[in-house]
Amino acid sequence: MEIVERLLNHSRLALSKAITAVENEYDDAVKIMTEIYPHTGNAYVLGITGPPGAGKSTLTDGLAKEYRKRGKTVGIVAIDPTSPYSGGAILGDRIRMMDLMSDEGIFVRSMATRGSLGGLSQKTGDAVKLMDAFGMDVIIVETVGVGQSEVDIVKTADTSMVVVIPGMGDDIQAIKAGILEIGDLFTINKADREGTDKLNIEIEMMLELNPERVAWRPPINRTIASKGIGIEAVIDSIEAHKNYLIESGRLAEIRRARIKNEVTAMLNDRVNRYIDKNVVETPEFEETVRKLQTREIEPYSVVDKIVGNVLK
Amino acid sequence: MANIRVLVAKPGLDGHDRGAKVVARALRDAGFEVIYTGIRLTPEQIAEAALQDDVNVVALSLLSGAHNTLFPKVVELLKEKGLTDVLVIGGGVIPAADIPGLKAAGIKEVFTPGTPTSDIVKFINENVKA
Amino acid sequence: MAFEDIKAGLDKFNAGVEAKLAKAPERANLEPNRLYTPLDLGEDFDYVTKLGFPGEYPFTRGVQPTMYRGRFWTMRMYAGFSTAKASNERYRYLLANGGSGLSCAFDLPTQIGYDSDDPMAEGEVGKVGVAIDSLADMEILFDQIPLDKVSTSMTINAPASVLLAMYIAVAEKQGVTPDKLRGTIQNDILKEYAARGTYIFPPKPSMRLITNIFEYCSKNVPQWNTISISGYHIREAGSTAAQEIAFTIADGIAYVEAAIKAGMDVDAFAGRLSFFWNAHNNVLEEVAKFRASRRVWAKVMKERFGAKKPKSMMLRVHTQTAGSMLTAQQPNNNIVRVALQTAAAVMGGTQSLHTNSKDEALALPTTESVTIALRTQQIVAYESGLADTVDPLGGSYYVEALTDKIEKECWAYIEKIDELGGAPEAIHKGYIQREIQDSAYKWQMDVEKGNRIIVGVNKFTQEEEPPKNLLRVDASVGVEQAARLKELRAKRDNDAVKANLAALEKAAADENENLMPYILDCVRVYATEGEICGVLRKVFGEYQAHTTL
Repeated sequence: MEIVERLLNHSRLALSKAITAVENEYDDAVKIMTEIYPHTGNAYVLGITGPPGAGKSTLTDGLAKEYRKRGKTVGIVAIDPTSPYSGGAILGDRIRMMDLMSDEGIFVRSMATRGSLGGLSQKTGDAVKLMDAFGMDVIIVETVGVGQSEVDIVKTADTSMVVVIPGMGDDIQAIKAGILEIGDLFTINKADREGTDKLNIEIEMMLELNPERVAWRPPINRTIASKGIGIEAVIDSIEAHKNYLIESGRLAEIRRARIKNEVTAMLNDRVNRYIDKNVVETPEFEETVRKLQTREIEPYSVVDKIVGNVLK
Repeated sequence: MANIRVLVAKPGLDGHDRGAKVVARALRDAGFEVIYTGIRLTPEQIAEAALQDDVNVVALSLLSGAHNTLFPKVVELLKEKGLTDVLVIGGGVIPAADIPGLKAAGIKEVFTPGTPTSDIVKFINENVKA
Repeated sequence: MAFEDIKAGLDKFNAGVEAKLAKAPERANLEPNRLYTPLDLGEDFDYVTKLGFPGEYPFTRGVQPTMYRGRFWTMRMYAGFSTAKASNERYRYLLANGGSGLSCAFDLPTQIGYDSDDPMAEGEVGKVGVAIDSLADMEILFDQIPLDKVSTSMTINAPASVLLAMYIAVAEKQGVTPDKLRGTIQNDILKEYAARGTYIFPPKPSMRLITNIFEYCSKNVPQWNTISISGYHIREAGSTAAQEIAFTIADGIAYVEAAIKAGMDVDAFAGRLSFFWNAHNNVLEEVAKFRASRRVWAKVMKERFGAKKPKSMMLRVHTQTAGSMLTAQQPNNNIVRVALQTAAAVMGGTQSLHTNSKDEALALPTTESVTIALRTQQIVAYESGLADTVDPLGGSYYVEALTDKIEKECWAYIEKIDELGGAPEAIHKGYIQREIQDSAYKWQMDVEKGNRIIVGVNKFTQEEEPPKNLLRVDASVGVEQAARLKELRAKRDNDAVKANLAALEKAAADENENLMPYILDCVRVYATEGEICGVLRKVFGEYQAHTTL
């Protein structure tokens, strides 16, 4: 495809249009992804999450600049929530990244959650692959919040970083479970604020309780992203985690697991759509439901029969 | 599922962002995805952001009087980057006498003070190439 | 009449008019009560503690004992556009026509510390104000204007010290010593972060520059108002009346704290602090706002900061009529709006006033429209009778109740901001910006839904021809300024410039140095504003906005 060729030849416009195609599920999206696939698997993917107001986009901006200093090109996917009321969204991360706009080695894409978080993680994965094929060395996926859906998105990363700030009160308790699960490293941003030491201790204590974190002990860095303080150490930690993953063989493992997840999700998605279209959205199915309600039939044999038909 | 994406930006040095912010919110409430990029931007930054976010609309706001220089420059740079189907609109303190020139330069519509945000929403819906 | 009698009478009165009001529901549900009585002041309303006398604590009725019976407010028209030469002509015109003070508008490159030939200045030179690149421009700007006779207000914030230094240097050349200079620099960086956007440096070095000015002026330019803590732009950005004074007084608290922390005695500088309010459309709400703000500030200075001198507790205020309330539609209506806003500012007891011109929703004002705006003030002063007695609305049940209400809202905001860690922190967290934006959005939606009527905009509209004769600043100003800069750089003593800039850079890196003398040295040898701010940018860095929607 022409757009794929241009993308592989570093056309930023082609990259942008390709991301739009997957985001909007245009007809040519599958074809683009098919052709792009052999060119992926080279970028290192960093996931960043944390509660609103933690300074994630400012930190992302700082990380991007530091990576550039180290000679790496950087792709950024910044995700913001869609308003459930209007379906619209304010994508506000870019405002903190406007001074990156003059650097050809950086590409930032804002995405809205658009209601379906399940679908979003696939679209995010596709956007990452497109930036990967384009030739970005590092790709940062930044998402707001620490709910399960965001965790799923960040899980698609090689290294996951959780950003927290002091003075959040009990919030830290609320997000504890999610944090323990996904944080390969922790960054306490706005670390000039009161409560930084206390927060540090709290995170350490939570990590103590997690028996799975033995081979890799998540480091806790401190930053003041708005002043560019502490950024280098964060990148050093990311690099250390990367080295650990490579040397321990974990990187190959998690990437294999990720591919498995992706393909499983794609399969589920395809099967769901097929069933929706050919089974659920038919008049016969409505009739079946009616019969179930009046207890003329029972659901177990109905499902057996339908699955039998579908799998033929 | 294609949502209309709008970049709201203030080129130049003018910091009066009340109008831009009110418009950004109103567009969000009308169901658009709004990329708000803030104040004090160069035309190059705006055009590049429009490219990376593949927006359908670029909405420029300026109250300092520099619109005749800066608005056309944004259009020019968008074209240079191959973004030929982006709808560019402008707003702010813009004398009626300047509007024909801006339109000739590719600014599709100019909204002056007192315009209801619903007019802007309507114009975008009727003119955007999604 | 006893309170019980009033209460009984009011109940009876209300019962009698309910039926009539039901016929006009759209006006029945406005926010203020329909009628105010002594009940709204409360039984314990104490004249002495709440109002007192003009010129006395808590200054509710005004900061001077005589107010406009002593002399009128300063009629100070904000002006400046294009080149220094063009603006100088406008200034001299205004002074010749009864203007009593100058007020300089600078273009955006000047306000943000860029020379006219900087790429960032493209398209902006001379547009919203006069372009000043160096002392050479400033000499032309004040040519034939005796600086010991006029008072000059300069709307300049991030680079305030540079422009003040240039003013001092021009005065030196006129043979006027700094102790004779009267005027004001805006110098209010916090509202730039929150509402106006012409910041350069991050908050910490910005606050240092401000306290450096406080200290320098308290010793050398004692008649100078070192800051104009501004609610005007907060209101223009869409805040309510109570938010305007609350956020501004919170900023004021932050400046006082910074100066005290820098080792100054509160009474040494507080008398030189001044404020800047907006005169909006709702006349009586505005009058109440002015009165409430004086009472709050007096209390803040006396009780929170332990000021001893009455002057330290006085909220002296410059006012500008609300630019955002002018309409591009039927622009002649703006003359009426400005007249009402002027009445509000005068009944509110302002110390000086700028009146906007009718064409400002369209462009910079022409000489003709500026003249009408100035005449509006003169009519209010000489013909309306509003200036004949001090605080003419004092004692009005409605205005007193409204003053109390605004004061209460103001204190609630100040408490909230204190909880957040003070104004700089509240701005950093985006709290103040969000509050302003919410109010702005609400206003706009009210207008669009017709809950708020703007004559000529959403009611009583008419087809009209686009207005003619607007003032235009053409792009050649930028070219002209660039040429002047080139010439300046060729003929000045560049070694001296280099040496003084180097000394400034070194001093900037040392937090204990007061930068004013270094900046003055740079200015005197014709270092440009862009060069001076460039040095400071290098040492201090630049502020990045964290605006959230």
